[in-house]
Amino acid sequence: MSAISHEPQAGGFRLSQLIYDTRYRSLTIQVVALILLVLGLSWLVSNTVQNLEALGKDFDFGFLTQPAGYDINQRLIEYDSQMSHGRAALVGILNTLLVALLGCAAATILGVFFGVLRLSKNWLVARLAAVYVEGFRNVPLLLWIIAIFAIMAEGMPQPRDFREGGGASMLVGDSVAVTNRGIYIPNVVFTRSLGGNEVVAPEPEEPDDAGTTGVASGTYGGSRIATGGAGVSTGQDDQDAADARNAQSAAGEDDAAEGEIVPSSSALDWLVVLGLLVLGIIAARMVTAWAKRKQEATGKRPRTLWINLALILVAPAIALFLLGAQFDYPVLGGFNFDGGVHLRNSLIALWFALSLYTGAFVAEIVRGGILAISKGQSEAAFALGLRPNRTMRLIILPQALRVIIPPLISQYLNLTKNSSLAIAVGYMDARSTLGGITINQTGRELEGMLLLGLFYLVLSLVISSLMNVYNNSVKLKER
Amino acid sequence: MKTSVFLGALTVAGFAAGASAAQTLDDVQSRGNLNCGVTTGLVGFAAPDANGVWEGFDVAVCRAVAAAIFGDPMAVEFVPTTGQTRFTALASGEIDLLARNTTWTFTRDTDLNNEFVGINYYDGQGFMVPRDLGVSSALELDGATVCIQTGTTTELNLADFFRVNNIEYEPVPIETNAEAQQQYLAGACDVYTTDASGLAATRATFEDPSAHVILPEIISKEPLGPLVRHGDNEWGDIARWVLNALIAAEELGVTSANVEQLAEEGTDNPEINRLLGVEGELGAMIGLSNDWAVNAIAAGGNYGELFERHIGESTPIGLARGLNAQWTEGGLLYAPPFR
Repeated sequence: MSAISHEPQAGGFRLSQLIYDTRYRSLTIQVVALILLVLGLSWLVSNTVQNLEALGKDFDFGFLTQPAGYDINQRLIEYDSQMSHGRAALVGILNTLLVALLGCAAATILGVFFGVLRLSKNWLVARLAAVYVEGFRNVPLLLWIIAIFAIMAEGMPQPRDFREGGGASMLVGDSVAVTNRGIYIPNVVFTRSLGGNEVVAPEPEEPDDAGTTGVASGTYGGSRIATGGAGVSTGQDDQDAADARNAQSAAGEDDAAEGEIVPSSSALDWLVVLGLLVLGIIAARMVTAWAKRKQEATGKRPRTLWINLALILVAPAIALFLLGAQFDYPVLGGFNFDGGVHLRNSLIALWFALSLYTGAFVAEIVRGGILAISKGQSEAAFALGLRPNRTMRLIILPQALRVIIPPLISQYLNLTKNSSLAIAVGYMDARSTLGGITINQTGRELEGMLLLGLFYLVLSLVISSLMNVYNNSVKLKER
Repeated sequence: MKTSVFLGALTVAGFAAGASAAQTLDDVQSRGNLNCGVTTGLVGFAAPDANGVWEGFDVAVCRAVAAAIFGDPMAVEFVPTTGQTRFTALASGEIDLLARNTTWTFTRDTDLNNEFVGINYYDGQGFMVPRDLGVSSALELDGATVCIQTGTTTELNLADFFRVNNIEYEPVPIETNAEAQQQYLAGACDVYTTDASGLAATRATFEDPSAHVILPEIISKEPLGPLVRHGDNEWGDIARWVLNALIAAEELGVTSANVEQLAEEGTDNPEINRLLGVEGELGAMIGLSNDWAVNAIAAGGNYGELFERHIGESTPIGLARGLNAQWTEGGLLYAPPFR
């Protein structure tokens, strides 16, 4: 007895215990693994430093403040070639966000639609949905992007075909033009924009030297390239506008009364309208909650449809009216359509291909989620007298969401990262600006790629954390 | 201090990579071929022929360098590069020489750590439009859609040109010349802009070249030349003097037809003798055999022969010598003396 109780103290700690003693072994393995990892990382870093030195390059992010020098066709914020590479990267980042957002929304709608259809009892409908899913899921995304781009560029009429006798015509009451350079749709502009409106002198002095191109250049929306520096007017009409403004500030009210207001739109206008819309939706939800309480208390549900519609729509409608909203239709100018919003081929190809491709995966996830709900649920619903339509909407889908959401998150992440295939069709996303032209013009491959990687990492983490919040709200509550 | 010692001890491989950067010639010789970066396909400058053999004016520079080193103009591995990948390919050592109608600019020479070894074509940026558009000057292009190759100097020139002239345009960025051609022919852009030589080469491949006009405005200087990595001057010397040898050969009347004979028999002109290794040891000074220039010239001919065969007036591309004539003929080509 005494020998056993004394043995560990007598021996003390021996080095061999690190391997043979199970108390220390796992710790030893972890420490060794950590050391190897650190060694590996530091080798990578020092190898990079060494090779950069051998190439005579330094590691410096200063290029982000240098003028970019190149133009970007699709810009959600103001940008011209004299602004910095950092600004160009931001324009690209916003373009990535735009296509990711549009793509996720469209993919979800397509996916839910086809996922439900694939379970349809109608043989034809179910097979058609299967063809869609298998067709898009099993062909590489890049091919779809290029195919859609080629269809748009080769199959659609040129803008000049829209002239008299050209054989092409605009759709939806002359408001939408589908061309081989993209689709032009009407834009909403404001005559009392919060961002301020330009005033054009009423009579053009010269009988329009610019010919056809001059006509619409006063009413450009967000889609036109402004090649001048910030605040530098470019076209003849803009020049007139600037003159008019100067005259106005000098001479007072008279000139302004004569001037014609150029409708425009600013982010502030849309912020107000959308803000009111969101407030309306929140209010409508509160009304719905109130109706539910009332129903539970009295058994009678008050009619809330009209109240809700009014809450949601009236305030934004009043705001639109006060701001003087009106449509800005695309009009054929010199080489292209002017005015309206220009959805470029690159955006359309990327958006459609991403949505169709990811939508096929989402459809399978939705189908799996629905199949995961036990058959007893729908049988119980039918027994209560609910029709199939309502059973799906009220009983099956809410429960299926618990199964659907987690894999849906990774599909959203896939879509967002796949948007970097934009380079294939010249869509100016973060990969094309920061990771493409900027790197090429400045030679900062390592810095540019690190920033790009960081951007995609942060974006993915943000998306997955937002989706996780949603997931927590719909998942099975365990008490 | 401690960290740097620690890191330094770990970077045996890093040192090896750093040291090898200065011995491109040894690497090329032990590999047995030259890795040469060219375009992904621009007829006349670099494009594979019907048998898959690369041909063209830029390709000829690679072949001449390979011939000078190995005596074999076919000892070249061609690596197609886009406007965006070319400098990375060169910096990473994937290619030894870049002959891809690349414009020599200040930043590319200094900040991007390249070394331009000369100019093999004096070019400028131009615009091509369909004839039925009725445009006669680039200044009439207000509002036009313009196809450009991304990652090129043309992209920057274009932005400057339109900004300075206060006209608007819609850029359509495109990766390769072939895609740009497709977009342009489909009418997805009104204008295609790149170096005037590239426009001529592209137009030559059209079904009906006469339906397209190249506008008179040349909006930039585009001196195109081969380049190597910064930091290996010996390798840069070889590429530079092979190019100079081709240019000097034309000036001195040495052609692919008579170069062997002149090298065997010698001439009365001491410069030809030095160039062809009959006199002196010029080859040894750049680490090559003494008949390096003979091989380089025999590979495809002198500068004038290469120009005529690939892009000259007798070819579909039909470029005139213009600025690219010898200085004695009123052009800018002027090889330093071989002495």
